[in-house]
Amino acid sequence: MDTNAMSTERREMTGAEMVVQALKDNGVEHIFGYPGGAVLPIYDAIFQQEAVRHILVRHEQGAGHAAEGYSRSTGKPGVMLVTSGPGATNAVTPLQDALMDSIPLVCITGQVPTTLIGSDAFQECDTVGITRPCTKHNWLVKDVNDLARILHEAFHVATTGRPGPVVVDIPKDVQFATGIYTPPPAQPSHQSYRPKLAGDPARIEAAVELLASAKRPILYTGGGVVNSGPEASQLLRELVALTDAPITSTLMGLGAYPASGENWLGMLGMHGTYEANHAMHGCDVMVCIGARFDDRITGRLNAFSPGSKKIHIDIDPSSINKNVRVDLPIIGDVAHVLEELVRVWKAKNKAIDAEALKSWWSQIDGWKARNSLGYKPSRDVIMPQYAVQRLYELTKGRDTYISTEVGQHQMWAAQFYGFEAPNRWLTSGGLGTMGYGLPATIGAQIAHPESLCICIAGDASVLMNMQEMSTAIQHGAPVKIFILNNQYMGMVRQWQQLLHGNRLSNSYTEALPDFVKLAEAYGGVGIRCQKPDELDDAINEMISVDAPVLFDCRVANLANCFPMIPSGKAHNEILLPDEATDEAVATAIDAKGKALV
Amino acid sequence: MNTATQPPASAYFITEEREKNEARTLAILVDNEPGVLARVIGLFSGRGYNIESLTVSETEHERHLSRITVVTRGAPHVIEQLKSQLDRIVPVHRVVDLTRAAGEDGETGPIERELALLKVAGQGDKRLEALRLADVFRAKVIDSSIEHFVFEITGRPSKIDKLVAIMAPLGLVEVCRTGVAALSRGKDGMSGPAEASA
Repeated sequence: MDTNAMSTERREMTGAEMVVQALKDNGVEHIFGYPGGAVLPIYDAIFQQEAVRHILVRHEQGAGHAAEGYSRSTGKPGVMLVTSGPGATNAVTPLQDALMDSIPLVCITGQVPTTLIGSDAFQECDTVGITRPCTKHNWLVKDVNDLARILHEAFHVATTGRPGPVVVDIPKDVQFATGIYTPPPAQPSHQSYRPKLAGDPARIEAAVELLASAKRPILYTGGGVVNSGPEASQLLRELVALTDAPITSTLMGLGAYPASGENWLGMLGMHGTYEANHAMHGCDVMVCIGARFDDRITGRLNAFSPGSKKIHIDIDPSSINKNVRVDLPIIGDVAHVLEELVRVWKAKNKAIDAEALKSWWSQIDGWKARNSLGYKPSRDVIMPQYAVQRLYELTKGRDTYISTEVGQHQMWAAQFYGFEAPNRWLTSGGLGTMGYGLPATIGAQIAHPESLCICIAGDASVLMNMQEMSTAIQHGAPVKIFILNNQYMGMVRQWQQLLHGNRLSNSYTEALPDFVKLAEAYGGVGIRCQKPDELDDAINEMISVDAPVLFDCRVANLANCFPMIPSGKAHNEILLPDEATDEAVATAIDAKGKALV
Repeated sequence: MNTATQPPASAYFITEEREKNEARTLAILVDNEPGVLARVIGLFSGRGYNIESLTVSETEHERHLSRITVVTRGAPHVIEQLKSQLDRIVPVHRVVDLTRAAGEDGETGPIERELALLKVAGQGDKRLEALRLADVFRAKVIDSSIEHFVFEITGRPSKIDKLVAIMAPLGLVEVCRTGVAALSRGKDGMSGPAEASA
C-alpha cells in the first residue's frame, strides 16, 4: 500500500502509531534509542513496520550523540527515542550539546501516565522541566489528539531558523489512547515562531559597500554556514573568489571553505593559526558569517580586532552584539544573505582595491611563514600531530567523515586534517562534550554505510561512551576509532602546566584498558602502533578492515597543543610552538592574566 | 591571612562588571500555554537576576495571548541580551522594553500601576488614624469589623510603599500586592502604531 497516499488523510490510530507515522511523514529513516517501560507502546509500533529503522544503543547519551552525528553528516534532523526518568536525564547532555552547536535533534521521551505525573511514580522525572533550558522548545503531550500536530511542529522548530534540539514528552496513556492523526501541513506556519530568512536588502547593500572599501578584509565563518546547507558553502566560495579576501573559520565551520583553497588561513581562535589570528587582529573590515564571537575565538574582548568595522550575518538576533559590538548586523539565513550579497556585488561590479589587497596578502604571507603549526618530528615516538597528518594523507580523496572527542586530539584534528567539504566534520564545539565522538561516528556511519567514518579520539574521552562499540558491532557499522593515546587528559594537563604550577592533579590515567583486547572483547578489531615508521601500514590496515576498529596510537605523552592564545591575551599575543619553552609556558600568563581568566 | 594565595585561575576570560544596574520594566506577549512563564522567568533566574515584580494574565481571550510584565534590575547590556533571548522563545510573540521606549520618547518611564490589599487590625485611636490616613491615600475599605479594616489601594509602587510604611505602626497585619501593570504613554500599542480610528 502507498503509505504517502495514506498519510495525506486524517486517520484514527493510537498515539504510539502516530509517533511512527509522524516520523515517516517527516522523512525519518533512522532513529537512535533505548527502550524502557514508558515507551514500550512506541517500541511495539516500531516492531510492526520497516520504514523507520531503530538503532539500539547502549546508553541514552550515546543515542543523542549518534543522532547528532547522523544529523551533522546528512543535514537532516537526528531523532532519538528514550524512556522516562533515567532515559530522559541521560539525554540531557546531548540535548545541551545540540543546543550549543545548533544541531536539529528531535528527542521523543516516554513519560509515566498522565494521572501519575507528579506522584513520584517509578522512573518519573519532570522531563519538560529538566530539559526546558537545554532545548529550543519542548512539549508535554496531554491529549492524543494534539500529538500529531505537536510532532510535526517539533520537526519544524528543530530544523528551521537556528536549528536546535526539541523534546516531545509523551505519557504512556497517551501512547495507548486512540485519536485522529493529521499529516504535516504543506506550509508549516506558527503564530509566534517565524524565523527570518532573508536579510534586510539595505543592510546587504551597505555590507557590499563596506567590504568593497576594505583595505585589509577578512571573512570569519562558522557553523552557521554548514547549517544553512550546501548552497551556503558554494556561495561562500563564490564570495571568496569574487573578493579575493582571506578566510578563516571557527572549529564548527571547517569544510565550508576547502582547506586546500588559496585564501584559506586555517582555523582561528585559542588554538588557531598565527596567520588567522593576526589577520583577525589587523583587519579593517571583518565579515562574520554564521559564527558567534565565542570566547574561544575572541581572546581578550577589549583587545579583539580593535581597528575593524564588523559585519555580522546571523539567523539568531540574540547572537548580535552578545559578546562583541558589531557595526552592521544582518539578521537572516547565511545562504539567503550570501546569495543576495554575491548578486549585489556582481551587479555593482565591485572589487577590493588590488594594491591594498596585495600588500595585505603579503603581510599575511609573512605571518604564514612563521609556520605556527610546526612541531619537532621524532623518529622514536609518534608525534600526535604527525599521526593526524598521516591519517589525513592516507584517507584524503576518500569519502570520509571525521568525528572527534574533546581535548588536545580534537585541536590537532582541526589543525592537521584538511576538510574540503561541509558536513564532513563532526565535533562538539560549544559544550565540549567528552564522549561525543564515538557515538557520533556511529551515527554518521549509519547514514553513510559505504563511507569511511573515523573518530579521532583521546584515550580519556573515548572511555566515556566506550560501550557504544557494542552498538557498532550490532549494527554492522565499521567505524574506525583512532585513539591518540598519551595516557593523560592532555588538555587538562596543558592547562595545569600553564596555570597551576605544573601540579598535575588527576590528569594522568594510571589504569587504562588494553585497547586492543578491549576491541576484541567487543567483537571488533584492535590495532596498536608505537613506531612512526610503522604508522602508515597500521593506518592502511585500519582502513581496510571491514569491522569496528579501536586503533591504539601511542603518541608522545607530553606533547602540547600550539599555537595557543593564553588567557587574558589578545590575538596578536599568540604563543607559538618554537617559543613555548618550559619557561615561556610557565610565565605565559602573568599574575594579572591569571586574575583575568 | 589569605594575601599570599594566588587568584583563582580558569580557562575563561573574566572581566569585571562595570556597568551600573538599572531597573527595567518589560512587557512580554506570549501564548497562554503551560510552561510559558517558566520559560520566561528561567532566563532571569539562570543569570541570577531577581525579578522585582511579575504580573501575568490572559489579555486576549480569543487568541489565548497572555501579557507578562516583569520588573527586573540588571546591567543594561545584559538586559538587552535577555530581551533578544526572550524574543526567540517559541511561544513569545513580542518583547518590549517599556522603560527604554519611554526614555526614547523623552518620558521618565512608562505608566505603572499596582493594586494592593492591606489588612490593618486594631482598636481605638490607632484604628481611627488608619482609616483617616487610608482616606488621604484614596484607599477604599473593602472589608471591616470592629477590630480590623482591609484597604484596597491602586497607584504607583512608590505610593503603595508609603502607605505600607505608614500603616506598619498602626496594626498592619498583612499586605498583598499584584505587581506592576504597565503601558507605554501615547497612542501606540506594543504591537506597533495604533490604527487610525474609524
